[in-house]
Amino acid sequence: MTQPLLKIENLSVSFGRGDREVQAVRDVDMEINTGEIVGLVGESGSGKSVSALSILKLLPYPVAWHPSGKIFFEGEDMLSAAEARLRQVRGNDIAMIFQEPLNSLNPLHAIGRQIGEVLSLHQGMSESAAKARIVELLTMVGLEEATSRLHALPHEFSGGQQQRIMIAMALANKPKLLIADEPTTALDVTVQAQILKLMKELTQELDMAMLLITHDLGIVEHMSDRTYVMNEGRVVESGNTAKLYADPQDPYTKHLLGSEPKGRPDPAPADAPEILAADDLKVWFPIKKGVVRRTVGYIKAVDGISVQLRQGHTVGIVGESGSGKSTLGRALIRLEKSDGAIRLDGNIIQGLSFKELRPLRKEMQIVFQDPVGSMSPRMSVFQIIEEGLLIQNIGNTYEDRRRMVADALTEVDLDPTTMDRYPHEFSGGQRQRIAVARALVLRPRIIVLDEPTSALDMSVQAQIVALLRDLQKKHGLTYLFISHDLKVVRALAHDVVVIRDGKVVEAGPAEQVIDNPSDPYTKALMAAAFKLKADESGVVRG
Amino acid sequence: MEEGRILGARISPLNARRLSNFKANRRGYWSLWLFLILFVVSLFAEFVANDKPLLIRYDGDFYVPVLVSYPETAFGGEFETEAEYADPFVRELIEEKGWMIWPLIPYSYDSIVYDLPTPAPSPPTADNWLGTDDQGRDVVARLIYGFRISVLFGLVLTILSSIVGVAAGAVQGYFGGTTDLLFQRFIEIWSGLPTLFLLIILASVVEPNFWWLLAIMLLFSWMSLVGVVRAEFLRGRNYTYVLAARALGASNTRVMFKHILPNAMVATVTFLPFILNGSITTLTALDFLGFGLPPGSASLGELLNQGKNNLQAPWLGIASFLVLAIMLSLLIFVGEAVRDAFDPRKTFRS
Repeated sequence: MTQPLLKIENLSVSFGRGDREVQAVRDVDMEINTGEIVGLVGESGSGKSVSALSILKLLPYPVAWHPSGKIFFEGEDMLSAAEARLRQVRGNDIAMIFQEPLNSLNPLHAIGRQIGEVLSLHQGMSESAAKARIVELLTMVGLEEATSRLHALPHEFSGGQQQRIMIAMALANKPKLLIADEPTTALDVTVQAQILKLMKELTQELDMAMLLITHDLGIVEHMSDRTYVMNEGRVVESGNTAKLYADPQDPYTKHLLGSEPKGRPDPAPADAPEILAADDLKVWFPIKKGVVRRTVGYIKAVDGISVQLRQGHTVGIVGESGSGKSTLGRALIRLEKSDGAIRLDGNIIQGLSFKELRPLRKEMQIVFQDPVGSMSPRMSVFQIIEEGLLIQNIGNTYEDRRRMVADALTEVDLDPTTMDRYPHEFSGGQRQRIAVARALVLRPRIIVLDEPTSALDMSVQAQIVALLRDLQKKHGLTYLFISHDLKVVRALAHDVVVIRDGKVVEAGPAEQVIDNPSDPYTKALMAAAFKLKADESGVVRG
Repeated sequence: MEEGRILGARISPLNARRLSNFKANRRGYWSLWLFLILFVVSLFAEFVANDKPLLIRYDGDFYVPVLVSYPETAFGGEFETEAEYADPFVRELIEEKGWMIWPLIPYSYDSIVYDLPTPAPSPPTADNWLGTDDQGRDVVARLIYGFRISVLFGLVLTILSSIVGVAAGAVQGYFGGTTDLLFQRFIEIWSGLPTLFLLIILASVVEPNFWWLLAIMLLFSWMSLVGVVRAEFLRGRNYTYVLAARALGASNTRVMFKHILPNAMVATVTFLPFILNGSITTLTALDFLGFGLPPGSASLGELLNQGKNNLQAPWLGIASFLVLAIMLSLLIFVGEAVRDAFDPRKTFRS
């Protein structure tokens, strides 16, 4: 091949000028050939999305600007191209799909109309011809009964179906290059596997090139022919995917590849006593209708689940979004109204009032998924961690509490001298450590970990997993670990409970459930998570 | 980000950024200073415009009539009542045995000028810079005192109605459900009550003074903030940090005041200058209609009314209009700057 489809030379992107200049991307070179899938991997803030957006000049100019660089698409420089020419290229020769399908679709327009708009805009297609083409496209991306669903609105589809529609829209004009920016990050693992399979097939079928941007190393390994690794705005390594994974050269790539959560938890004593248990737990949210708000039915978020937490053990709760796993965790420590017995040390705590429950709160703590949202932005780290002590009347003097907070921070490997800073001055991983310290300062026996690693970068995930493991060993902590990420669960959990639609699908020791599942749904889940393999048996809905 | 300090107090980087955003709005920044100067001067109105001297030296002793009331006999006069320093007779008595320092404007808001060159309302002269009103009182003095009472009334009303409004909005937003529903319906009915009629009825029962007016206005003005605060709390109660606090065992009051309120204050603070403006305008309007402060008190609304009744004396209307217009504009400019200061997107504009 003489000329690559897309050639990026020496591209730099900066935001702001003068003192406020932030260099997001520095001297990036990249090539994409027709028919090729190219992976672009990096952690958040590495500049991978910014690089991709500059291909179509979609950055917020003039705040963003290019100190240097050229982007050639079929030999034509896109950076110096006129706006009118760019509009022709966008969506026509180069199409893009984004992470959040629901945000990318107009919620008020029927999907048929949205795809039709692309066709009439770029190809001037007549209405009837467009309709036939829309049905063809939707069938191609695997949307069933496409003809009858043309008038449906985006929210009537599931996340996977929405992403399929986005792909259909992107492919409407037979683009030569498809840029997919984290196309499956917002999707469940089983759906992710299906979408990835579809995208790979379509690339081959339509002889199109694809630039796949993701933070997930597994996806890139599975999908792409060549891979670029970005860190802090620079491409640190690139080359053939298989070769790069087998023999990484750059220290950062090595670090990234080595950071996948690995190993299994340390064995816990088999005869450990039960601490927290629930029998036949139910959380039903009423659906109310009509003027008098009569209850017409229930959303059964948790529908008769029994779990048992034993001293020093970690129980992993696994399930896809909407399966009720977070609700279960909150109900267990009485943050959500529920029915069914909950026992703490053999005493029933279901039905205790909020006040009666307060002294018990220091036994059971929770760490949330979002390290940004779980801390009040107006309180310093010291105040955030101190609050639990104040409420629980631990530590009589200010100096006592100061010392206890410092101890907790040391325990999560943070510098105690930073305790008077505000949460926004810390990175995501550090904030999650602060959240763990907030729980830890009360010396709890049980910590509910609600997706504590999902919002973090891969290498940070591994650190948090290691931290949690150390703390468990040191304090004999009991964890309820809720996650959709099976790799992290495998690294932490002794027992695994797989739930779906509020019911237990399969439960048992981690080795058995993960390595040798018996239920077909669990099988599909494990295959999708560890081998990125889409299940064909129909247990999983797209 | 650098840790900043203001007057020795630690300010968070967030607040430092807000301060610099506030300063970046030049118009609002200067308006604030101008307003503060005017306000502070008017707070000391007794020392600026008064019919009593600031300091008297009489017979070897010092007297401070602005602060202490002296009988005329103290200066060798005849009456036991407080000395009328503007009286030429008293003046002569004092200047025989000493001297006195007068304020810049030797008239108080209620002192009547008897030696006018023309019948009241008399036009501006070297003595009465903006002339006198129809009862022969100096307009400048009345404006200074009127400005003070307007701003003070506005401030007190704003603070009190903010406290009530924030509390009401917080309860509604935080508890939601039936509490919210009932409260909202109550507010709908309450806001339909005619304030003006209540004040007219009140005026026939008691003599309305500053505090009566404040109480009646407060009954209705607290509702302006409820909507904003309620919305912020409805949003805030679903944040994870609220759930995190509840997991620590925090009570409802603690969650409301420690966690949600500070985050809801941004919207509230942004509103305050505009509520202040509204309060001032309301008082002026009542005074203009004659249902406001008791007769004789210095008030911008009353002066406006005089201007309307004495079109042949345009200095009345023009002067009071200008004072009102400048005061309200300054506050609006300050309000704009405050809004800029709290605008999180502002930093991205260069």
